[in-house]
Amino acid sequence: MSGIPHDHYEPKTGFTKAVESRLPIIGLIHGTLMIPTPKNLNWMWIWGIVLAFCLGLQIVTGIVLVMHYTPHVDMAFASVEHIMRDVNGGHMLRYLHANGASMFFFAVYLHIFRGLYYGSYKAPREITWIIGMIIYLLMMATGFMGYVLPWGQMSFWGATVITGLFGAIPFVGEPIQTWLLGGPAVDNATLNRFFSLHYLLPFVIAGLVIVHIWAFHTTGNNNPTGVEVRRTSKAEAKKDTLPFWPYFVIKDLFALGVVLVVFFAVVGFMPNFLGHPDNYLEANPLSTPAHIVPEWYFLPFYAILRAFTADVWAVQAVSFITGGIVDAKFFGVLAMFGAIIAMALVPWLDTSSVRSGKYRPMFKWWFALLAVDFVVLMWVGAMPTDGIYPYISLIGATYWFAYFFVILPLLGVIEKPLPTPATIEEDFAAHYPGAAE
Amino acid sequence: MMKKLTLSALTALALSTGGAIAAGEGGHVHDVDFSFEGPFGKFDQMQLQRGLQVYTEVCSACHGMKFVPIRTLADEGGPALPEDQVRAYAAQLSVNDEASNMQLFDYNEGAARPLTANDHFPANNSQNAPDLSLMAKARAGFHGPYGTGINQFLKGIGGPEHIVSILTGYTGEEKVEAGTTYYENTAFSTGWIAMAPPLYGEDVEYADGHSNELHHEAEDVAAFLMWAAEPKMMARKRAGFMAVTFLVLLTSLLYLTNKKLWAPHKGKKTSL
Repeated sequence: MSGIPHDHYEPKTGFTKAVESRLPIIGLIHGTLMIPTPKNLNWMWIWGIVLAFCLGLQIVTGIVLVMHYTPHVDMAFASVEHIMRDVNGGHMLRYLHANGASMFFFAVYLHIFRGLYYGSYKAPREITWIIGMIIYLLMMATGFMGYVLPWGQMSFWGATVITGLFGAIPFVGEPIQTWLLGGPAVDNATLNRFFSLHYLLPFVIAGLVIVHIWAFHTTGNNNPTGVEVRRTSKAEAKKDTLPFWPYFVIKDLFALGVVLVVFFAVVGFMPNFLGHPDNYLEANPLSTPAHIVPEWYFLPFYAILRAFTADVWAVQAVSFITGGIVDAKFFGVLAMFGAIIAMALVPWLDTSSVRSGKYRPMFKWWFALLAVDFVVLMWVGAMPTDGIYPYISLIGATYWFAYFFVILPLLGVIEKPLPTPATIEEDFAAHYPGAAE
Repeated sequence: MMKKLTLSALTALALSTGGAIAAGEGGHVHDVDFSFEGPFGKFDQMQLQRGLQVYTEVCSACHGMKFVPIRTLADEGGPALPEDQVRAYAAQLSVNDEASNMQLFDYNEGAARPLTANDHFPANNSQNAPDLSLMAKARAGFHGPYGTGINQFLKGIGGPEHIVSILTGYTGEEKVEAGTTYYENTAFSTGWIAMAPPLYGEDVEYADGHSNELHHEAEDVAAFLMWAAEPKMMARKRAGFMAVTFLVLLTSLLYLTNKKLWAPHKGKKTSL
């Protein structure tokens, strides 16, 4: 791999020379593990390892769960109970898998917001960022379809509501919805294709994760200062970096251990905390639950979806201009996907020449507000659609778009950034005065 | 900044999920101190056996429990009845709704065959009463301070409390609407429930001589239904405790390793 200058693997024995000349796999593993990593990475750079662990956990527990699960509307719910009651360790497998999804999303949100604060999306890391966003979208699709599989009340009605979003697309919406569902309504065909895709997509994600890692192994990691590693010579690069193994592997494993302590406490002692009680009722197409609430990790975008109701003037204006083609429902769908696309476009929306938010006095506050906004949207997404809640959703959704499309482009022009350190070595030495030789 | 972000993310998680649960239910649910609450809580085997008796003699007339295999009554961490008793119990169980239990139908006899320990509890849809296999997990009783639900760590999701509150929440008022009698109940979401008061106190005679007042019967059957919904709870808590203990140990070692590893690069001295 190209990138920061570093020592490459040299086979020494006859055997490794023979292997390496035929398949340079030892060199590949060596290059991946020994990649020079900025030595000033802080604790927000640990989520990548947590995410890799989550993907592994979900795939391993998922494959075993599939051995005992039956994807049929008459048997799915009972087969989950079979897993919970009769399969050896089945109850742990299922709780690990269900709560593993939550750990996965918790980590991915912190990973994304880390990138947003330290400008990890900026050149030359746009491709890493875009691939990350695609992975995130696939994670949402996988998580959503996985939640349908136990065939409880929330599974069924969640599937009905979310696939209904596609039905809101003008002209082609209904055929698309029917095509997605495999019939006029959520039924056995839907369950089967969701099961198939729920099994497939994690492997697509795994492939993209490799590309994601490949991309940043070429550009090098970003770091809290946003200052690049010096690449003029191997000796200079070494002053800014330490090899991934063992320094960052051990650090990340320690952080993973802390996360897992919390995770196993949740799985062991309150495994249903993040679930909805209604999903312990078997799906019943004839009985709609009082409140259909998505899983917590969809709530911010669910809030944006619901924010744009027919009495918002912007919605009315768009509806008028498009001759009613874009109605309130479709507007909401566009807003929800737009909110995610806004994140994906951030490399080109942020005009500032300084990468890290640490040296951007105005950006800091707007970013903090975005984080608060995300939390507020998550909360309001679980609330009913009456009283003051629609107004809160609307303000929250508006700020989300304003941040990406107005504030970020303007800040680059009007903000006066603070001076950044000349090198990573300098920044590191400032933290650890004893480190200067 | 990022520390604050992590904290606020945790808060949001707690707030939003609590809200998600809070949105589902109405009615007043009172807290009950069950033996199985908290990370170290255990089922009270005698209480589960009493609850089984209430279920068998009262609830099963209208409700089914189709996901629960009868053999699991002998399981450790449950009522733990001796196996011969479980077999005898299965044999005397009556099938109150044959149409819902066609797997038990014996075509030679023209009736349901006697149950064995390997069968599940019979389903029962004769009165349109919901199946009770998972009822203790399908209801959330209380939602913690400000709807955070954090108290699930110590109290569970409040399903058994919901059941106790329903069973003891009848006011005695009745009304008839469209030919159906409704009974006023302080714990039910709409305030009026179609189920006639099933327990009045002294409905069953406990073999262990335990008091059979209404609230005891209600608590016993609620505990039993919690076991029915989550039969592996004690095994799960044990596994959770083991996992947390060993992970704390491993993480401590990794912490020390990390500290020693980085010390020379951070210009720090280490005693290790």
